[in-house]
Amino acid sequence: MGAGRPFREEPKLKVAGLSVARGGRLVFEGMSFGAEAGDFIELRGANGSGKTSLLRAIAGYLRPRSGVISFEGVEEPALCLHYLGHLNGLKPASNVSAHLRYWAGLFAGAVDIAAVMSGVGLGASADLPARALSQGQARRLALARLLVAPRPIWLLDEPAAALDAQGRTLIASLIEAHREQGGVVLAAVHEPLGSAPSQTLQLSDRT
Amino acid sequence: MLSQFANPARFMSLSAWAAPVLALLAVALFAIGVPWALLLSPSDYQQGETVRIMYVHVPAAWWSLAVYAIMGAASFVGLVWRHVLADIAARAAAPIGATFAGLCLLTGSLWGAPTWGTWWEWDGRLTSMLVLFVIYLGYIALWSSIEDEEKAARLAAILCLVGLVNLPVVKFSVDWWSTLHQPASVFRAEGSAVHPDMLGPLMIMAGAYGALFGALLMMSMRAAIFRRRVEAARARIGAP
Amino acid sequence: MRAVFETFRRDFALMWNGGGGALAPLGFFLGATSLVPLAMGSDRALLAAAGPPLVWIAAALAVLATLERLFQADLEDGSLDQMLLSPTPLEALVLAKGAALWCAVGLPLALAGAPAAIALQAPAAHVPVIVISLALGMAAFIAIGLVGAAVTAGVRRGGVLIALIVLPFFAPPIIFGAAVAQGEAVAGAMAILGGCALGALALGPIAAAAALRLQAE
Repeated sequence: MGAGRPFREEPKLKVAGLSVARGGRLVFEGMSFGAEAGDFIELRGANGSGKTSLLRAIAGYLRPRSGVISFEGVEEPALCLHYLGHLNGLKPASNVSAHLRYWAGLFAGAVDIAAVMSGVGLGASADLPARALSQGQARRLALARLLVAPRPIWLLDEPAAALDAQGRTLIASLIEAHREQGGVVLAAVHEPLGSAPSQTLQLSDRT
Repeated sequence: MLSQFANPARFMSLSAWAAPVLALLAVALFAIGVPWALLLSPSDYQQGETVRIMYVHVPAAWWSLAVYAIMGAASFVGLVWRHVLADIAARAAAPIGATFAGLCLLTGSLWGAPTWGTWWEWDGRLTSMLVLFVIYLGYIALWSSIEDEEKAARLAAILCLVGLVNLPVVKFSVDWWSTLHQPASVFRAEGSAVHPDMLGPLMIMAGAYGALFGALLMMSMRAAIFRRRVEAARARIGAP
Repeated sequence: MRAVFETFRRDFALMWNGGGGALAPLGFFLGATSLVPLAMGSDRALLAAAGPPLVWIAAALAVLATLERLFQADLEDGSLDQMLLSPTPLEALVLAKGAALWCAVGLPLALAGAPAAIALQAPAAHVPVIVISLALGMAAFIAIGLVGAAVTAGVRRGGVLIALIVLPFFAPPIIFGAAVAQGEAVAGAMAILGGCALGALALGPIAAAAALRLQAE
């Protein structure tokens, strides 16, 4: 990763009084926090406590029942974030480099695909179809998507799932590099990722 | 007036008296309209007694289109303003509209057999009315196939709005393709071409269908709102 | 624009390579049209009168089968989430997917309409017009099918549901396409068929994109 901040202005994310419902049930309410350039916010909570819903609401997929999500320093929220969910977004029949080429086109990123591939440890697997990848390799390919186009805000839902110790180190270094460049990382985790969080949000189960 | 329906609780208290009133009105109008249509109105100089099917067929046709338009409006409101009552109304209206369309096709077939010598013919109006009937069925089926009610409401609303393109086709198909079905005779720019003696019972029957639709719609919506309240109560009790 | 091209290219490659591409719908199409003379008997005059339009029924049913997985896979594997984060509007990406389906399946089916029409006793001079009308019709079917596939993307085994939803809207292209196949009022019917296709292409992707945004919730 080069030095200097690739994002035009300092990105800021602000969430105020957010309430989100799924399937008719309120998952959480009154959520408020803010994030600035270089922040890494950990979301912790038991399964079903709403970590995924919060991330999806910020990503714009889920319309919140109430509250405000505001972005500063970015023109269009959907264009300033990367979302890495539980699903990797892979097509079984398509190979690794085809995926990266597709994402580069989709997000209008101009990157050296070979460099990105070796950056996530998939340099030798360029022609492997996604169905031939192990769980860990598939997750690394999904991580590569973050590098294909520079976007200030990263929303990660349990990014280290299916990854070994090497993979977790990779995530930690990716997050560190992103923070250094002035990006924001919001990650739902069950265990520490290896980068010291600036905030930890605890989501509790609704009783 | 529309805002009176906006609040489910307000709607419930409004429909508590409005639904029975509409039901009684429907009964009254049918009580006037049916004998008038079947016995007292003149028989047609060309078709004889079978013209009386018109009094069942034509209002069913009108209302099958009107109900779909109402569903379209409700779908639009539900999509844009995410209004629960609009979704409930659209879903409740669909089976009623589908029945009207089916009734129109059935009575049309019964009327056509002695009049045109055929039970069915693929001309513009019949085909587009059949298309409307199947669109109704698809809409109802879509609602039933999606478990998340809110999502089902939005997706069905999109489908309903797309289906609106069929309405002008049905209305004007008799003018565009004059093959078999008679051209528009009641709602025309130059005024109605139907004999005034037939217009009376026709309008009474149309009013009866409308009151029936209103009553059934309200009753169906009340049942849906009751069901949702029961489910919400269950969820509150059942949650740990 | 790059996103549109990449989406088209990826979907075309997936359809063409994975699962035999156009083979299944093509096989169904040719199989169904060859069943028609068996059902109708080999009376050439009867076939000539009623046969060619049946090509349209077979084509409509063949494309129906390809619609079910069109968006369902994207919803299930998380690709839809990524499409929603693209600077290119979802409507354009949806249109790209439809275009890929037309190139991979629709156009081959239209071309296969030539031997099928001949087998159903269409006059040889008429066959090119039939193929062109089929190409237009497939565009209309696919554009309409985008909406059906999008609203049912979350439904398990939604094939029958898609058919129920989409078939009434297939009726106008089938009616006018069959008229072309019969050789009646060809110019007028072709114009209306083109109008159906254009209308569907204008409205379909917008409705489908709206439905897909709801599916992503």
